[in-house]
Amino acid sequence: MANTLFVRPETLTPDPFHYCPGCGHGIIHRLVAEVIDELGVRETTIGVASVGCSVLAYKYFNFDMQQAAHGRAPAVATGIKRVLPDRVVFTYQGDGDLASIGLAEIVHAAARGEKITVIFVNNANYGMTGGQMAPTTLPGQKTTTSPAGRSVDQAGYPIRVSEMLATLDGPAYIARVSIHNPPQIFKAKKAIRKAFETQLRGTGFTLVEVLSSCPTNWGMKPAEAFSWLEKNMLPYFPLGEYKAASGVSQDD
Amino acid sequence: MTEKIIIAGFGGQGVLFTGQLLAYAGMMEGKHVSWIPSYGAEMRGGTAHCAVTIADEEISSPLVEEPGTVFVFNLPSLLKFAPRLKPGGMLLINSSLVKQEVKRNDLRIYSVPANQIAEKIKSAQLANLVMLGAYLKLTGVVSFHSVAASLEKTLPARRRHLLPYNRQALEEGMRLFGEPN
Amino acid sequence: MKILMKGNEAIGEAAVLAGCRYFFGYPITPQTELLEYLSRRLPEAGGVFLQAESEIAAINMVYGAAGAGARVMTSSSGPGLSLKQEGISFLAAAELPCVIVNVMRGGPGLGGIQPSQADYFQATRGGGHGDYRLPVLAPACVQEMVDLTVRAFTLADQYRTPVMILADGLLGQMMEPVELPAAPVNELPAKPWATTGCKGRQKNIINTLYLNPEELEAVNQRLQEKFAAITKKEARAEEYLVENADIIVVAFGIVARIAKEAVKVAHAQGIRAGLVRPVTLWPFPEKILAAAAARAKAVLTVEMNAGQMIEDVRLAVGNERVHFYGRMGGMVPTSKAILEQIRKIGGIVRGKYAVRPA
Ligand SMILES: Cc1ncc(C[n+]2csc(CCOP(=O)(O)OP(=O)(O)O)c2C)c(N)n1
Repeated sequence: MANTLFVRPETLTPDPFHYCPGCGHGIIHRLVAEVIDELGVRETTIGVASVGCSVLAYKYFNFDMQQAAHGRAPAVATGIKRVLPDRVVFTYQGDGDLASIGLAEIVHAAARGEKITVIFVNNANYGMTGGQMAPTTLPGQKTTTSPAGRSVDQAGYPIRVSEMLATLDGPAYIARVSIHNPPQIFKAKKAIRKAFETQLRGTGFTLVEVLSSCPTNWGMKPAEAFSWLEKNMLPYFPLGEYKAASGVSQDD
Repeated sequence: MTEKIIIAGFGGQGVLFTGQLLAYAGMMEGKHVSWIPSYGAEMRGGTAHCAVTIADEEISSPLVEEPGTVFVFNLPSLLKFAPRLKPGGMLLINSSLVKQEVKRNDLRIYSVPANQIAEKIKSAQLANLVMLGAYLKLTGVVSFHSVAASLEKTLPARRRHLLPYNRQALEEGMRLFGEPN
Repeated sequence: MKILMKGNEAIGEAAVLAGCRYFFGYPITPQTELLEYLSRRLPEAGGVFLQAESEIAAINMVYGAAGAGARVMTSSSGPGLSLKQEGISFLAAAELPCVIVNVMRGGPGLGGIQPSQADYFQATRGGGHGDYRLPVLAPACVQEMVDLTVRAFTLADQYRTPVMILADGLLGQMMEPVELPAAPVNELPAKPWATTGCKGRQKNIINTLYLNPEELEAVNQRLQEKFAAITKKEARAEEYLVENADIIVVAFGIVARIAKEAVKVAHAQGIRAGLVRPVTLWPFPEKILAAAAARAKAVLTVEMNAGQMIEDVRLAVGNERVHFYGRMGGMVPTSKAILEQIRKIGGIVRGKYAVRPA
């Protein structure tokens, strides 16, 4: 995939990723790293890793990192940004971390217009703990804790985080992107870049939701997983920019 | 010297502020002081009160278990605190508001028509300072000058224009029991 | 010059003078004056006051800010401290200096808003998950709210650890004269480990995850060595009339002052009573207590809980001579009641040991 097509960005360490074959985290790490290189902010960036498969992100990114408790990355990032307002601060969170246990922290960081960037990886399940149901698991989707498929009667409906946060006044930029094929990866990178640029302008909270795949826990081959994502996740989680403050152009 | 004082009444009668003023004045005179608002089971029963200790030596317990002086601004306060006064203690009653007889005969009881006097000066809101003035004259625990100076330090900005009335209320309270000074 | 201050506000002012410029908290009685005070004071001092969405968020903001190298504080009471515990464990593990204030109220559950010492175990045993401790300082007067707050920041940086100030609602709400530190702290110790951006150096990582058990054991060993050093060097207690005492009363915080009054009166009545007041609850001043109680015939522990510190007292002096008196749920023991206990115990031990007149 993308890993082998490009030279390693300065912002990634030589440590090999521990992610499963076909996992989206590797691609998304690389996109973030490339954007940070392009913006020339590696030495002034502080990242916050969350709890989930990306818990070891602090090993892969070649800049200062803090590792946060499950769900609390936006609060940790708030603490950092308030002390160091001229640095670039971002969190990297999964959907269990952000949309379940950490929902209060993300909503309030967004509502406060905390001048941070959130990279939100939505892979429709809890990857690290072995594929349990997440708040983003689709109706009918089988997981290890919804073996008969998510029943909306019993477990309710998935949360559309981007749409929900876009109702707030604090965010300056919110977009949902996907990485299921190269053109989408290209667009995803553009959105991530916009989010960081918006942070640098200091106009408010920024978040990019990245639809990603989890072939291992979905029980699919990598290519199948991307097709499944395209077919099932895109209709429920439409791509696009949900909030773009003035000065940020709408996606083309 | 260790003076243990309870100042009790309804919320809004300035009982907490009166206690702070007294503590502040004690501090300005280099004494040891402490001020505690109502706590524990004391919070119940329609009264607000504070406990003040003024002493020449370090205050071990800031609690006022057995007051030497009680100011009462309403009936529930009288019923609650008069029985706790230590024998020979001083009971200062705002007689404009509390008409009840006191059963104990081992106390020094002083009736202060604080509201009447306060209203004559400006408003019933000054009744707490009339009571404090009476106490100053009767005991000399702290001086009028320290209290007047404390007033200048502690009156919130929006009340500063009331300073002359506050001083007058203190003086009128003192006048009940001698010359104000 | 002395000024008259509420305990909660005194902690706030002392924090500012100690160089703390960041506060993250959530309202809860009886510590709210501290938030209110700092919401005015910190912006004045060029700092940041932020009311977090919960105690959980607040402690994690503290984590971020401490990791970014700042002097930072949070405060709460009872239920709020329970919520903070995961974060405190992370702070201890990541060795991030910060100050956490617990102005205790009665529990369990929502409990009440009246003073209590019921969180002694939670505070002194670490409180969260994992093997860790943190220094716990217990002020007994408003001046100590100031002095121990300043001390807490020093200890936090010196040992790279969260430090807790354990007060109670009565101390938080009462007013006493205080002398503030003459010289505010302007220069903070260097923190080369902080995540401030990696310009001109290797990247810094603040992390508490060690999936390799050998590595995690080594981390634990390092932490334990630090805890041992703190235990050895930082235990503090106040002693009063302990020389030749037959009965030693042990109490902390506001209760110690009430007990001191009882001890004073007992002395006047011919009972040789003395007082040991732990100023640090962890490390517990066990050597000081053991020495003070070496010749005593009885030890009376007084607490505003069902008996928690008494376990540390027993570890210090043995089970045999230790008695307990406590009130719970927001009830405050009176000096009279403590005196009665002293007299009663005096009566019990008189037969056995012959208590001498003072
Ligand atoms: C307080 C707490 N509860 C539960 C866990 C266990 N846990 C670790 S990762 C995880 C799920 C993470 O899922 P997600 O955020 O979707 O990220 P992914 O692994 O899918 O990338 C859970 C529940 C934890 N570490 N802490």
